[in-house]
Amino acid sequence: MADVPLTPRAYLQAQSRWTPVEIAFWLATLLPFWLLPDYLSLASQVAITALFALSLDILLGYAGVVSLGHAAFFGIGAYTAGLFSKFVWGAPLPGLLVAAIVSAASGFVVSLIVARFRHFTLIMLTLGIGLLMQEIANRAHWLTGGSDGLQGISINKVLGAFNFDLYGYTAYGYSLAVLFILFLCARRIVHSPFGLALRGIRENWTRMPAIGAPSRAHVRMAFTIAAAMAGIAGALLTQTTQSAALESISFGRSADVLVMLVLGGAGRLYGGLIGAAIFMVARDQFSGIAPQYWYFWIGLLLIGVVMFLPNGILGGLSALAARWRKS
Amino acid sequence: MEKVVTATPEIALSTRGLSKQFGSLAVTQDVTIDLPKGVRYALIGPNGAGKTTLINLITGMLKPDGGSILLGADDVTSLEPQQRVTRGLARTFQINTLFPSLNPLEAVTLAVAERRREAGEFWTSLSSHAESIEEAYGILARLKLGEVCYQPTRQLPYGRQRLLEIALALATRPKVLLLDEPAAGVPQEESGDIFEAVANLSNDLTLLFIEHDMHVVFRFASHIIVLVGGAIFTQGSPAEISADPRVREVYLGTRQHG
Amino acid sequence: MLPPIFGVLFDGIAYGMLLFVLSVGLSVTLGLMNFVNLAHCAFAMVGGYVTVTLVNTYNWPFIATLPVAFIVTALISVVFERVFYRRLYRASDLDQVLLTIGLAFVSVAVAAYFFGTLQQPIPTPAFLRGSQQVLGLGLGNYRIFLIVTALIVTVLVVAGLEYTRFGAMVRAAVDNQRMASGLGINVDATFAITFAIGSGLAGLGGALAIEIVGLDPSFSFTYLVYVLIVVAVGGLGSIAGSFIAAMLIGISDIAGKYYFPELGAFLIYLVMIAVLLWKPSGLFGKR
Ligand SMILES: Nc1ncnc2c1ncn2[C@@H]1O[C@H](COP(=O)(O)OP(=O)(O)OP(=O)(O)O)[C@@H](O)[C@H]1O
Ligand SMILES: [Mg+2]
Repeated sequence: MADVPLTPRAYLQAQSRWTPVEIAFWLATLLPFWLLPDYLSLASQVAITALFALSLDILLGYAGVVSLGHAAFFGIGAYTAGLFSKFVWGAPLPGLLVAAIVSAASGFVVSLIVARFRHFTLIMLTLGIGLLMQEIANRAHWLTGGSDGLQGISINKVLGAFNFDLYGYTAYGYSLAVLFILFLCARRIVHSPFGLALRGIRENWTRMPAIGAPSRAHVRMAFTIAAAMAGIAGALLTQTTQSAALESISFGRSADVLVMLVLGGAGRLYGGLIGAAIFMVARDQFSGIAPQYWYFWIGLLLIGVVMFLPNGILGGLSALAARWRKS
Repeated sequence: MEKVVTATPEIALSTRGLSKQFGSLAVTQDVTIDLPKGVRYALIGPNGAGKTTLINLITGMLKPDGGSILLGADDVTSLEPQQRVTRGLARTFQINTLFPSLNPLEAVTLAVAERRREAGEFWTSLSSHAESIEEAYGILARLKLGEVCYQPTRQLPYGRQRLLEIALALATRPKVLLLDEPAAGVPQEESGDIFEAVANLSNDLTLLFIEHDMHVVFRFASHIIVLVGGAIFTQGSPAEISADPRVREVYLGTRQHG
Repeated sequence: MLPPIFGVLFDGIAYGMLLFVLSVGLSVTLGLMNFVNLAHCAFAMVGGYVTVTLVNTYNWPFIATLPVAFIVTALISVVFERVFYRRLYRASDLDQVLLTIGLAFVSVAVAAYFFGTLQQPIPTPAFLRGSQQVLGLGLGNYRIFLIVTALIVTVLVVAGLEYTRFGAMVRAAVDNQRMASGLGINVDATFAITFAIGSGLAGLGGALAIEIVGLDPSFSFTYLVYVLIVVAVGGLGSIAGSFIAAMLIGISDIAGKYYFPELGAFLIYLVMIAVLLWKPSGLFGKR
């Protein structure tokens, strides 16, 4: 707390100011180029997953809308980018744009349905729609390649200059740049009046109509934005790996992203990024163990977070920092 | 009050034969009321009489089984709650219904921004909306919440939270304001502050408040509606109501046991 | 002679009955406490493994293991209820979802650790194999047994809710919690007992399911989706709703697989989404 009382505007301005920690965080994301050149492919996967988690953060962390089917939009973006490169044009940036538009449109259509509901009905609808999308991708073999994955994707150079190399320099640079740009957008959104309205929805769904707020319209907008971002993340995965698989649209992916976001701390923008980094690196390190044992630890972690660390790692850290400042 | 009424007063809010059942329990029965513009009405009745339910029906938080609601001359029965707010009907809640992790400045700025239709803007920064922020701060300062306006709502003392309830409602610039026990749960010595704030509200505002403390009711209301078992038992001026032995029996009787 | 559609119908009804036994407990606990319990099928899986172990290791007769599956699952579930669930009754849906997904993940790993990831051998006794010829249809013995058992369970559940004092308390609490606790009903204890019985029924369902759908550690998630769909379609807290929804989903699923195998699970997801859009709180939901 500042000693000099701030004017209300100055106070709100201060809320959205960049902190040194944030700047350091983004500078640190450049380190893998020099320190971990062997892990750039992994770093690129982390950046993509972080973007996916960031998209869910807008929906869940800010608007408080629980979705168990967020991978639907990731998958739509992934397949759109794959099909676009295969049949239309292999240029990456137009591919991202088309994927964003298609997934935003799907998100908007889905939001027309889900924005009317809360609680169990909402959870069931997002789960049902997610499973439906997965089933469609699986059955539409002629279009998606079904369980074999989409074949024949080839992506041109980024901006016509950077080829996707074997070491992942281009992949990581490209994913990181897209992540950073969309992070700036997300940051702008959460510090806008709309971002405040989303927090209002999360904090009290009953009160919102009583202050004249069209909550459903807000949720539709949030859903559309989150779907577009998730779709871009999916498209990035397709482009950097030159493949699109059913896994990208599966329930497992929806559950994983939820775990990452909650582990890192929802509603703080950075929670999803940190959660994604920890999750992906841990999975890479323990890639030898059977999936069911990997999920054993994830399960324990979830139980632990819910019972002891309700605001995730970042929430815990900021509580520690507050206590330290007090004493 | 003047004795001679020359013209029929303009009606700000009215209900026609409103009714609501919860299962077999009739909580609102054929309620017809008219609130003239600029008056201060009190709604009283024993616990469980259906007062809060009536407010929920009027504001659209519950759908009535029968009857209609008029705001001015317009039938708003089929409108969504937020549409009624936009047309100037606001309320507060008996049980705090606030935004626990937002601070009062953010909460009231949100309400102002919603009214000014700025809350859908996702590409402008909140701090650039100077007018909304100033207006929100003005409302908070008027309700003596200025010095706590950066503290998260959940950390505020309970009495301040009750004031914030009113601040949020005022931010919608209501024509009709329904206050559901604004001082509920506040110790006697602090409830004066809250009713002082209510008394200082603009005279153009049409007010209906629920309150159990009869001293407060007689002091602030120009007209009293007594609700018992979901139906209007009687209504009249404070003098009439305080002289009515049946009201004493029904209302004060149950209160003392409760 | 009856056309094959009746055979499909019969199988669908048997499957629906199974889904009902699996899901009725979740429906009641959700209606009672609004607790989103995604670990419900993990409890069902416990029942399945109890039966498999008793039959294959200790040579118990299959029928005798069923009550044990019920009781063991109920007891285990009540421990979880007291340790974990109870603290989250007032928490957000998200916390409930996360905790119970966590428990389901752990259950998968624990089952894999002790029993391996393979399908368990089916412990059904000889007299439940084979089938009866009725009007030219081959009706599986096990399915007949399943339908009879499920009907007995249904009668017991309905009678328990309608005619016992405890049932009246549960109904009051589902109906209006505020009023129920006002009437001096101990909602907390009522919930714990209901939770135990509901999970016990899931355990029984898990045991009964082995012959029909098999048993492996992924059971916790595979059938969770079906159970959730039944609950969502039927409406929280409604026994009749769960029963009808279970029939609807059971028959659509079997018929879908028989007549439109290329659609896969598509049909039931569509049924659920359509019902929720038409009636957001399910066919018989109160809210
Ligand atoms: N959602 C609901 N479902 C079922 N019954 C309800 C519901 N809300 C209220 N009731 C019942 O309706 C009756 C009227 O409740 P209401 O809250 O309107 O009373 P009130 O006059 O505001 O009482 P108080 O003075 O205690 O605030 C009570 O018996 C209450 O238990
Ligand atoms: Mg009340």
